[in-house]
Amino acid sequence: MANKLVIEGVDAGYGAVSVLHNVSVTVEPGETVALLGTNGNGKSTLIKAVMGLVRPSKGAIWIEVDGQCTDLIGKTTEEIVNLGIAMVPEGRRLFPKLTVEENLFLGAFRPAARAALASNIEMAYTAFPRLKERRSQLAGSMSGGEQQMLAIARALMSAPRILLVDEPSVGLAPILVSRVIQQIKELKAQNNLTVLMAEQNFNQAIKIADRGYIIVHGEIVFEGKSAAALRENDMVKTYYLGG
Amino acid sequence: MKISVFWIGVAVALVVALLTPHVVTNEFYLRTAYTVLQFVVLATAWNILGGYGGYVNFGSAGFFAIGAYSAVFIYKLFPLFQVPDYMIFVMLPLGGVVAAVIGLGTGYLTLRLRGVYFSIATLALAVVLQTLVTNWHFVGGARGASILPPQTVPIFSTWGEFLFVLMAILAIASLAVARYIERSWIGRGLAAIRDNEEAAECMGVPTLKLKLIGCTVSGFLFGVAGAPLPYYVNYIEPVSAFNLVYAVNALAMPMIGGATTWIGPLLGAVVLGTAQEVARVTISSEMNLLIVGVLLVFFVIAAPDGFVGLARKYLGNRKSR
Repeated sequence: MANKLVIEGVDAGYGAVSVLHNVSVTVEPGETVALLGTNGNGKSTLIKAVMGLVRPSKGAIWIEVDGQCTDLIGKTTEEIVNLGIAMVPEGRRLFPKLTVEENLFLGAFRPAARAALASNIEMAYTAFPRLKERRSQLAGSMSGGEQQMLAIARALMSAPRILLVDEPSVGLAPILVSRVIQQIKELKAQNNLTVLMAEQNFNQAIKIADRGYIIVHGEIVFEGKSAAALRENDMVKTYYLGG
Repeated sequence: MKISVFWIGVAVALVVALLTPHVVTNEFYLRTAYTVLQFVVLATAWNILGGYGGYVNFGSAGFFAIGAYSAVFIYKLFPLFQVPDYMIFVMLPLGGVVAAVIGLGTGYLTLRLRGVYFSIATLALAVVLQTLVTNWHFVGGARGASILPPQTVPIFSTWGEFLFVLMAILAIASLAVARYIERSWIGRGLAAIRDNEEAAECMGVPTLKLKLIGCTVSGFLFGVAGAPLPYYVNYIEPVSAFNLVYAVNALAMPMIGGATTWIGPLLGAVVLGTAQEVARVTISSEMNLLIVGVLLVFFVIAAPDGFVGLARKYLGNRKSR
């Protein structure tokens, strides 16, 4: 049950603007890896590159799911989702005028997930009872925390093996941030996921991350082999923890 | 349970359609009903892309007229008065397929455009098609073509009866297709595109493929709706076949009925279509578009989700599925 994500020497950007320079990130089976960096350093671009939403100009991205290695470069997002990768987009990106339940259905668009729709939706409602209460409410009318729950539940509806989470803390009250982060940890354990989480809230991310990378101006400047190594790092102290 | 209710409704509607020509002997009413049913098909066709997917097509009249001119093309292949009556059964699918192919082509060319830019492109497409037909002499060109339906009629005794039943069957079939799409993964995907196309992409919804399916199915339905037109009007020329009336109605009817369900275009077409036909004989034939315009403005302001939205609001059932 090895689900591994490897990003090797990737350059990517938008048109003439290059954002990522020679980025290499590895997420080993069962790990939660944090991708740390402040706004505008390329965290989201890296996640988009994995999902096929941004085309890398150089480098390799491949995954290993159940012993099967697959190259992701050149694949469409649809194909990448079919391989078992799901994403919780930054800013949630829900379908605001559809109901909670319809949002969940859309998470299960890939054919393999459609078959297990009923059981997956039960799992989502068990994990987030709040969503069950609001199943026929429009997604856009819920609170920020509930919307983030829905975004995570929606991603899990595709029964992924590898989960990419982009800035789960954005726009949430501090108390909700830690709750959401804890939920990611629990869901990861329940579903045997491999998780790559982009986050700028260092203190929260480090609570559940096994290791982490720090990305500055599109380059990986530090690789922390453990949460402790990250906390001890001088650069982290300077940039994130106030000296 | 709901499935059986729908299919019972379909069966009843079919029986009613088949029996009507035996009961209603005044052909005027059959011809009026034909117009209304034609709008049911047009509104449903528009709604698949515009209502479900949120891609507003202003070129409906183009697709519709292409269906009609495909029929004219077949008609012109035969010497005068020698078109076999069963040729209508060739004209129908040909009109649909030609319009579907144009729909697919439009999809490839324009679906990278979003929002209002897509709408402008479809409007331009209709103009291009009209110019082509106007300059195509084989089908009559700008002068138009006189179409005399064959002297024999398949199955029924008059063309009026036949065309009425044909359009009724097309209307029922297109509603069934729309309902199927609405409830399938295609419909779910289109709803995702309508609501947030970027999010849909992130979820692995094959947005381009779904839009192409929507364009093609929508084009096909427009085309089959147009194919019987030459036999209905007996004289066809580009300005009337590509008339704005079709494009405006195809868009206004789903909006007034409620654009996110198959039932909306049906309600909108029946109410608006009937209102226009009544106005045509009681007030003036020029009142049509005025009625559509006024109602559209009223609904956009007072009931943006149309009849279906009003019904949900007052019956307290916001999402009946």
